[in-house]
Amino acid sequence: MKNIVIVLAGALFGAGIAISGMANPAKVQNFLDLFGVWDPSLAFVMGAALIVATPAYFFVFKAGKPKFAERFHLPERKDIDRKLVAGAVLFGMGWGLSGLCPAPALVAILSGIGHFVVFALAMLAGMILQRQFMSR
Amino acid sequence: MVEATTFTPYISAFGGALIGLSAVLLMWSVGRIAGISGIVAGAALDRGEERNWRLLFLLGLFIGAGATAALSGALDDIQPLVSTPVLVAAGVLVGVGTSMGSGCTSGHGVCGISRFSWRSIVATCLFMLSGFVTVFVMRHVLGEGL
Repeated sequence: MKNIVIVLAGALFGAGIAISGMANPAKVQNFLDLFGVWDPSLAFVMGAALIVATPAYFFVFKAGKPKFAERFHLPERKDIDRKLVAGAVLFGMGWGLSGLCPAPALVAILSGIGHFVVFALAMLAGMILQRQFMSR
Repeated sequence: MVEATTFTPYISAFGGALIGLSAVLLMWSVGRIAGISGIVAGAALDRGEERNWRLLFLLGLFIGAGATAALSGALDDIQPLVSTPVLVAAGVLVGVGTSMGSGCTSGHGVCGISRFSWRSIVATCLFMLSGFVTVFVMRHVLGEGL
Protein backbone atom coordinates (compact mmCIF):
# COMPACT_ATOMS: atom_id res chain seq x y z
CA MET A 1 0.00 0.00 0.00
CA LYS A 2 2.75 2.39 1.04
CA ASN A 3 4.67 1.81 -2.19
CA ILE A 4 1.55 2.31 -4.30
CA VAL A 5 0.90 5.66 -2.63
CA ILE A 6 4.50 6.78 -3.30
CA VAL A 7 4.20 5.85 -6.98
CA LEU A 8 0.83 7.62 -7.12
CA ALA A 9 2.35 10.78 -5.60
CA GLY A 10 5.09 10.65 -8.23
CA ALA A 11 2.51 10.19 -10.98
CA LEU A 12 0.52 13.20 -9.81
CA PHE A 13 3.73 15.25 -9.83
CA GLY A 14 4.66 14.11 -13.33
CA ALA A 15 1.16 14.73 -14.64
CA GLY A 16 1.21 18.19 -13.05
CA ILE A 17 4.47 19.12 -14.77
CA ALA A 18 3.23 17.88 -18.15
CA ILE A 19 -0.23 19.49 -17.89
CA SER A 20 1.05 22.83 -16.59
CA GLY A 21 3.28 23.32 -19.63
CA MET A 22 6.42 23.49 -17.48
CA ALA A 23 8.10 20.68 -19.43
CA ASN A 24 8.48 23.23 -22.22
CA PRO A 25 11.72 25.15 -21.53
CA ALA A 26 10.55 28.06 -23.72
CA LYS A 27 7.61 28.65 -21.39
CA VAL A 28 9.84 28.64 -18.32
CA GLN A 29 12.48 30.89 -19.87
CA ASN A 30 9.76 33.29 -21.01
CA PHE A 31 8.49 33.44 -17.42
CA LEU A 32 11.96 34.63 -16.45
CA ASP A 33 11.98 37.22 -19.25
CA LEU A 34 10.20 39.97 -17.32
CA PHE A 35 11.26 42.68 -19.74
CA GLY A 36 10.64 40.70 -22.91
CA VAL A 37 8.02 38.16 -24.00
CA TRP A 38 6.91 37.54 -20.40
CA ASP A 39 4.66 34.50 -19.89
CA PRO A 40 3.33 34.53 -16.29
CA SER A 41 2.05 30.91 -16.46
CA LEU A 42 4.70 29.55 -14.08
CA ALA A 43 3.45 31.86 -11.33
CA PHE A 44 0.05 30.18 -11.65
CA VAL A 45 1.66 26.75 -11.32
CA MET A 46 3.45 27.72 -8.11
CA GLY A 47 0.50 29.71 -6.79
CA ALA A 48 -1.94 26.84 -7.23
CA ALA A 49 0.52 24.34 -5.74
CA LEU A 50 0.91 26.60 -2.68
CA ILE A 51 -2.85 27.13 -2.34
CA VAL A 52 -3.32 23.36 -2.22
CA ALA A 53 -0.27 22.43 -0.13
CA THR A 54 -0.27 25.16 2.53
CA PRO A 55 -3.61 24.37 4.25
CA ALA A 56 -3.29 20.62 3.61
CA TYR A 57 0.21 20.49 5.15
CA PHE A 58 -1.24 22.17 8.24
CA PHE A 59 -3.66 19.29 8.77
CA VAL A 60 -1.07 16.65 7.83
CA PHE A 61 1.37 17.97 10.46
CA LYS A 62 -1.42 18.30 13.02
CA ALA A 63 -1.93 14.52 12.80
CA GLY A 64 1.47 14.13 14.52
CA LYS A 65 2.94 11.42 12.31
CA PRO A 66 2.65 10.18 8.73
CA LYS A 67 0.43 7.22 7.83
CA PHE A 68 3.20 4.80 6.82
CA ALA A 69 6.26 6.16 8.66
CA GLU A 70 7.37 6.84 12.22
CA ARG A 71 7.99 10.55 11.77
CA PHE A 72 8.09 13.46 9.36
CA HIS A 73 11.49 13.93 7.74
CA LEU A 74 11.94 17.69 7.75
CA PRO A 75 15.10 19.81 7.47
CA GLU A 76 16.18 21.01 10.89
CA ARG A 77 18.36 23.93 9.87
CA LYS A 78 16.88 27.38 10.32
CA ASP A 79 19.85 29.66 9.54
CA ILE A 80 20.56 31.32 6.22
CA ASP A 81 24.09 30.15 5.45
CA ARG A 82 26.45 30.93 2.59
CA LYS A 83 25.79 27.57 0.89
CA LEU A 84 22.04 28.16 0.72
CA VAL A 85 22.58 31.57 -0.86
CA ALA A 86 25.32 30.51 -3.28
CA GLY A 87 23.46 27.34 -4.24
CA ALA A 88 20.22 29.19 -4.99
CA VAL A 89 22.06 31.78 -7.12
CA LEU A 90 23.93 29.08 -9.12
CA PHE A 91 20.72 27.10 -9.60
CA GLY A 92 18.94 30.23 -10.86
CA MET A 93 21.68 30.82 -13.41
CA GLY A 94 21.40 27.29 -14.82
CA TRP A 95 17.60 27.50 -14.73
CA GLY A 96 17.60 30.75 -16.67
CA LEU A 97 20.15 29.58 -19.25
CA SER A 98 18.28 26.37 -20.04
CA GLY A 99 14.68 26.94 -18.98
CA LEU A 100 14.95 23.66 -17.06
CA CYS A 101 14.76 22.86 -13.37
CA PRO A 102 15.09 19.30 -12.03
CA ALA A 103 11.53 17.95 -12.45
CA PRO A 104 10.88 19.33 -15.96
CA ALA A 105 14.41 18.22 -16.91
CA LEU A 106 13.41 14.63 -16.15
CA VAL A 107 10.06 14.94 -17.92
CA ALA A 108 11.69 16.48 -21.01
CA ILE A 109 13.74 13.29 -21.47
CA LEU A 110 10.49 11.56 -22.46
CA SER A 111 10.38 13.71 -25.62
CA GLY A 112 13.15 11.48 -26.96
CA ILE A 113 15.36 14.47 -27.77
CA GLY A 114 18.96 13.62 -26.95
CA HIS A 115 19.85 17.15 -25.75
CA PHE A 116 17.56 16.70 -22.76
CA VAL A 117 19.31 13.45 -21.81
CA VAL A 118 22.61 15.35 -21.95
CA PHE A 119 21.18 18.07 -19.68
CA ALA A 120 19.86 15.52 -17.18
CA LEU A 121 23.22 13.71 -17.07
CA ALA A 122 25.07 17.02 -16.55
CA MET A 123 22.62 17.87 -13.75
CA LEU A 124 23.13 14.47 -12.13
CA ALA A 125 26.91 14.85 -12.44
CA GLY A 126 26.65 18.27 -10.75
CA MET A 127 24.63 16.83 -7.89
CA ILE A 128 27.04 13.93 -7.36
CA LEU A 129 30.06 16.24 -7.62
CA GLN A 130 28.61 18.58 -5.02
CA ARG A 131 27.50 15.86 -2.61
CA GLN A 132 30.69 13.80 -2.84
CA PHE A 133 33.36 16.47 -3.03
CA MET A 134 32.05 19.89 -2.09
CA SER A 135 29.90 19.20 0.97
CA ARG A 136 31.28 20.27 4.34
CA MET B 1 14.81 33.17 -32.18
CA VAL B 2 12.96 34.24 -29.03
CA GLU B 3 9.32 33.39 -29.48
CA ALA B 4 6.43 34.29 -27.23
CA THR B 5 4.54 31.42 -25.59
CA THR B 6 0.82 31.40 -24.89
CA PHE B 7 -0.20 32.45 -21.38
CA THR B 8 -2.11 29.47 -19.95
CA PRO B 9 -3.45 30.47 -16.52
CA TYR B 10 -6.11 27.77 -16.08
CA ILE B 11 -4.26 24.73 -17.34
CA SER B 12 -1.07 25.84 -15.55
CA ALA B 13 -2.96 26.35 -12.29
CA PHE B 14 -4.54 22.92 -12.70
CA GLY B 15 -1.11 21.34 -13.21
CA GLY B 16 0.17 23.27 -10.19
CA ALA B 17 -2.70 21.98 -8.06
CA LEU B 18 -1.70 18.40 -8.99
CA ILE B 19 1.88 19.16 -7.93
CA GLY B 20 0.57 20.52 -4.62
CA LEU B 21 -1.56 17.41 -4.17
CA SER B 22 1.47 15.22 -4.85
CA ALA B 23 3.47 17.06 -2.16
CA VAL B 24 0.63 16.62 0.34
CA LEU B 25 0.19 12.91 -0.44
CA LEU B 26 3.91 12.24 0.00
CA MET B 27 4.03 14.09 3.34
CA TRP B 28 0.82 12.45 4.60
CA SER B 29 1.95 8.94 3.64
CA VAL B 30 5.70 8.72 4.34
CA GLY B 31 6.52 12.13 5.83
CA ARG B 32 8.80 13.16 2.98
CA ILE B 33 9.31 16.41 1.10
CA ALA B 34 8.53 16.20 -2.63
CA GLY B 35 11.75 17.96 -3.63
CA ILE B 36 12.86 16.62 -6.97
CA SER B 37 16.53 17.64 -6.75
CA GLY B 38 16.92 15.83 -3.42
CA ILE B 39 14.97 12.84 -4.70
CA VAL B 40 17.18 12.53 -7.79
CA ALA B 41 20.43 12.93 -5.83
CA GLY B 42 19.22 10.48 -3.16
CA ALA B 43 18.08 7.95 -5.75
CA ALA B 44 21.60 8.02 -7.19
CA LEU B 45 23.66 8.15 -4.00
CA ASP B 46 21.66 6.79 -1.06
CA ARG B 47 21.18 3.14 -0.23
CA GLY B 48 18.42 0.93 1.16
CA GLU B 49 15.12 2.43 2.29
CA GLU B 50 16.40 5.98 1.70
CA ARG B 51 16.90 5.12 -1.93
CA ASN B 52 13.83 2.91 -2.47
CA TRP B 53 11.07 5.46 -1.88
CA ARG B 54 12.87 7.93 -4.13
CA LEU B 55 13.10 5.41 -6.98
CA LEU B 56 9.39 4.61 -6.58
CA PHE B 57 8.50 8.30 -6.69
CA LEU B 58 10.60 8.80 -9.85
CA LEU B 59 8.99 5.74 -11.44
CA GLY B 60 5.60 7.33 -10.79
CA LEU B 61 6.80 10.68 -12.09
CA PHE B 62 7.82 9.17 -15.43
CA ILE B 63 4.58 7.17 -15.68
CA GLY B 64 2.40 10.19 -14.85
CA ALA B 65 4.26 12.54 -17.16
CA GLY B 66 4.48 9.99 -19.96
CA ALA B 67 0.78 9.13 -19.83
CA THR B 68 -0.24 12.79 -19.65
CA ALA B 69 2.06 13.80 -22.49
CA ALA B 70 0.77 10.94 -24.65
CA LEU B 71 -2.77 12.24 -24.16
CA SER B 72 -2.12 15.97 -24.30
CA GLY B 73 0.84 16.21 -26.64
CA ALA B 74 2.68 18.29 -24.03
CA LEU B 75 6.08 17.12 -25.24
CA ASP B 76 5.36 17.14 -28.96
CA ASP B 77 7.08 20.36 -29.86
CA ILE B 78 9.50 21.14 -27.06
CA GLN B 79 13.00 22.13 -28.06
CA PRO B 80 16.31 22.75 -26.30
CA LEU B 81 16.89 26.52 -26.22
CA VAL B 82 20.67 26.69 -26.22
CA SER B 83 23.67 24.93 -27.79
CA THR B 84 24.93 21.69 -26.24
CA PRO B 85 27.93 23.23 -24.43
CA VAL B 86 25.67 25.86 -22.80
CA LEU B 87 23.14 23.14 -21.97
CA VAL B 88 25.85 21.07 -20.25
CA ALA B 89 27.07 24.10 -18.28
CA ALA B 90 23.48 24.90 -17.28
CA GLY B 91 22.90 21.28 -16.22
CA VAL B 92 25.98 21.33 -14.00
CA LEU B 93 24.89 24.68 -12.50
CA VAL B 94 21.42 23.28 -11.74
CA GLY B 95 22.91 20.11 -10.25
CA VAL B 96 25.58 21.81 -8.11
CA GLY B 97 23.27 24.69 -7.17
CA THR B 98 20.30 22.61 -6.03
CA SER B 99 22.55 20.25 -4.12
CA MET B 100 24.50 23.06 -2.44
CA GLY B 101 21.35 25.06 -1.75
CA SER B 102 19.40 22.01 -0.51
CA GLY B 103 16.52 22.27 -2.96
CA CYS B 104 14.90 23.47 -6.14
CA THR B 105 11.58 24.85 -7.36
CA SER B 106 9.67 21.95 -5.80
CA GLY B 107 11.49 21.39 -2.50
CA HIS B 108 11.97 25.07 -1.63
CA GLY B 109 9.39 26.74 -3.87
CA VAL B 110 6.40 24.52 -3.12
CA CYS B 111 7.08 22.29 -0.08
CA GLY B 112 9.26 24.75 1.85
CA ILE B 113 7.10 27.82 1.41
CA SER B 114 3.99 25.75 2.27
CA ARG B 115 5.43 25.04 5.70
CA PHE B 116 6.68 28.60 6.13
CA SER B 117 10.37 27.67 6.08
CA TRP B 118 12.41 30.85 6.16
CA ARG B 119 15.35 29.17 4.39
CA SER B 120 13.05 28.10 1.55
CA ILE B 121 11.51 31.55 1.20
CA VAL B 122 14.98 33.10 0.94
CA ALA B 123 16.20 30.41 -1.49
CA THR B 124 13.13 30.79 -3.73
CA CYS B 125 13.49 34.58 -3.90
CA LEU B 126 17.19 34.17 -4.73
CA PHE B 127 16.87 31.57 -7.49
CA MET B 128 14.00 33.52 -9.04
CA LEU B 129 16.04 36.72 -8.94
CA SER B 130 19.08 34.92 -10.31
CA GLY B 131 16.93 33.45 -13.11
CA PHE B 132 15.46 36.87 -13.97
CA VAL B 133 18.92 38.45 -14.13
CA THR B 134 20.39 35.56 -16.14
CA VAL B 135 17.63 35.72 -18.77
CA PHE B 136 17.81 39.50 -18.87
CA VAL B 137 21.56 39.40 -19.53
CA MET B 138 21.16 36.58 -22.03
CA ARG B 139 18.38 38.10 -24.07
CA HIS B 140 18.70 41.84 -23.61
CA VAL B 141 22.42 42.42 -23.01
CA LEU B 142 24.22 39.67 -24.93
CA GLY B 143 21.44 39.27 -27.47
CA GLU B 144 21.22 36.09 -29.49
CA GLY B 145 24.89 35.23 -29.03
CA LEU B 146 24.14 32.14 -26.95
